[in-house]
Amino acid sequence: MDPLSASGILAQFLLRFLPVWVALALTFGLSIPFKRRLGLYGKLFDSPVGMIGFFLVMFWVYTAVFASLIVTHDPLDQIARLKNAWPGAAVPPGEQGYPWYIFGGDSLARDVFSRMVKGAQLVLVIAPAATAVAYTVGITLGLPAGYYGGRSDGVLTFLANLVLAFPVILLFYLLVTPAIRQTGLPMWFAGFMFLIPIAFVVVLINSRFHTQPPKRNLYAGIALVIGLWLYAGAAFDADPLGIVSLDANKLNIFVAVVFVNSPTVFRIVRGLTLDIKSRDYVAAAQTRGEGPWYIMMWEILPNARGPLIVDFCLRIGYTTILLGTLGFFGLGFSPESPDWGSTINAGRKLLSIYPYPAFVPALALMSMVLGLNLLADGLREESLRD
Amino acid sequence: MLKFLVRRLALMLLTALCLTFVVFALTNLHPNLVKLAKTQASARMTDDQVVNWLQLNGYSDPLLVRYGEWLGVVPGWTGTNPETGKPMGRCVNPNAPTAPAPRYCGVVQGDWGTSTVFKQPVSQVVGVRLAATGWLMLWVLIVMIPTSLVIGILAGMREGSRLDRVLSTVSIASTATPEYVSGVVLIVLFGSTVMGFTPLFKHWGLLHEGTLLKGSAASALDGLTFDNFALPVATIALYGIGYIARMTRASMTEVMTAQYIRTARLKGVSFAQVVLRHALRNALIAPFTVIMLQIPWLLNGVVITETLFNYKGFGWALVSAAEGNDIELLLGCSVVAVVIVLLTQLISDIGYVYLNPRIRLS
Repeated sequence: MDPLSASGILAQFLLRFLPVWVALALTFGLSIPFKRRLGLYGKLFDSPVGMIGFFLVMFWVYTAVFASLIVTHDPLDQIARLKNAWPGAAVPPGEQGYPWYIFGGDSLARDVFSRMVKGAQLVLVIAPAATAVAYTVGITLGLPAGYYGGRSDGVLTFLANLVLAFPVILLFYLLVTPAIRQTGLPMWFAGFMFLIPIAFVVVLINSRFHTQPPKRNLYAGIALVIGLWLYAGAAFDADPLGIVSLDANKLNIFVAVVFVNSPTVFRIVRGLTLDIKSRDYVAAAQTRGEGPWYIMMWEILPNARGPLIVDFCLRIGYTTILLGTLGFFGLGFSPESPDWGSTINAGRKLLSIYPYPAFVPALALMSMVLGLNLLADGLREESLRD
Repeated sequence: MLKFLVRRLALMLLTALCLTFVVFALTNLHPNLVKLAKTQASARMTDDQVVNWLQLNGYSDPLLVRYGEWLGVVPGWTGTNPETGKPMGRCVNPNAPTAPAPRYCGVVQGDWGTSTVFKQPVSQVVGVRLAATGWLMLWVLIVMIPTSLVIGILAGMREGSRLDRVLSTVSIASTATPEYVSGVVLIVLFGSTVMGFTPLFKHWGLLHEGTLLKGSAASALDGLTFDNFALPVATIALYGIGYIARMTRASMTEVMTAQYIRTARLKGVSFAQVVLRHALRNALIAPFTVIMLQIPWLLNGVVITETLFNYKGFGWALVSAAEGNDIELLLGCSVVAVVIVLLTQLISDIGYVYLNPRIRLS
């Protein structure tokens, strides 16, 4: 095979992403006609900025979903003659599989394109999940802190400010190390931290349905079973069904990222609660005799959703940046991991001579975070409109 | 005002104490100490030798006692060197072991300890590296503040205009680009021999050798030039510009809808005059706070950028200390970091009150 020309590279690139284009076309084709009936999600399609952001985000989501269809080579396979190869380099005759390295080869002769795609999968699993856990932690602590105030609020705020006073990178260097993993600290930390989402859901259900015990028991029971199953798998790698598992490295990363993110969420939720708790509908609920957790979970939280949804989008982007930072400093991820931060780190040594291995994941990370930021901006604009 | 300052300073002290204790506890976990022993003495030590080494060098006392030693409220450990029979200890000068040594030597006494990676006093390492980073920060601020304010004001003076849309998108793009990405992109564009502008300029005959700008700032320690410093400065500034510009824009759009601006316009004052003389002063109060609060964030960028561009400043020292588990240097670095964070917060609070007479400190 001959090496690809510039237009050939573009054509092959577009062709490989065919499943993503089809899925994107379906998403947009189905959403736009019904946008009036889809609430905030539908309104997104009224704002060009929001639509571009949504496009970029969904592009990476579908890339992660269809990653095994898109990759051209195994992300760990090496073809020695394609070490530091230029984009579009042809695989030498005799080798099996796809005939080109679309975006060239890295310093270990692996396919840059496939590693970028596999990296998307890794980022898109960890970043939203870690952000969601950070959110439940921040909400569960921030709501009572803002609602009750007093000494516990003072202590929690001090702790949040303490974590925020740490330079993030120092925190990562202290928390994401083999030494820490040896002590088992991340596991116990996760054991505590992952209980909070379960407690959150159970309290949410209980505060709503505690007057109807059969219904409450059913819903809380379902939530507990699912929650504890995920808990066993995620925190202790002990899922009886063997579906959910998180190895020690990833657990360590996950815990560190949640730990860095939750104090900010806590501060946002606390501030919103302080603002909302003086509203009339909260006073009405208090007069009705509703319990404090009902007021927090079902009166205050739904009314704080606008800023929280916007911040959630931004925060997934920020978490992606944090994961990249971890990879960039070679912390946590195994050296051959295809995540974007690690590949940028591996490629930066030869950056001025062989730019592609670092350039491609850098652009990928940038486009995804940009998409999330634009999406958040579109959501903010549309939710402020009415 | 005085009461406020005293309370804030006390809180600052408490935060610094808690923070350094956490750093101390985490760096003194047993596996970390084993690593330290192996890097300091020899990599092929047996477990017994490691325990011995730790005991001999004062690492085996209880954690709280040793934290007290570092603080200078507990007497430093002492012992004798089994090989030479001379006294050893925290406060003993290793070059003159028989000289009389003070009982306490910690932060309270002004002794920040010795770096195990650089083999120098911590205060000296931190001082030298902080000065190098100071230059970097100075240029970042010189570039970042005017650029972001101009972008924010231009975008905010006519909300919804095409200029506003373009500039807002640019600011979003810049906040979405972390330093390790923009650094890579900038090096590829300006500092690569095979891609970006350098081959183009060579083709046009404008450049004969080397690259347009240097992709490494290692030579900047001997002398700052545009060549070796432009890319790191741009890398850090780029991430901050977007955020400050967006805050400035928000503040500017709010001011532009105020009654007194409309009055001024109706009086017949020209638009440029309204922006420059009426709106600007009030619109710049919020960005001042944002800029001050952005400085601790820059610290993060500094660590990444110094690693990427191989500039041996504070961030580089922090990374070296963390990689070598250099306990006392890490503690020194975290104290510097926490002081920067809390001091900028304090300045932003006080400055806000000073700039905006409608608000009082409570």
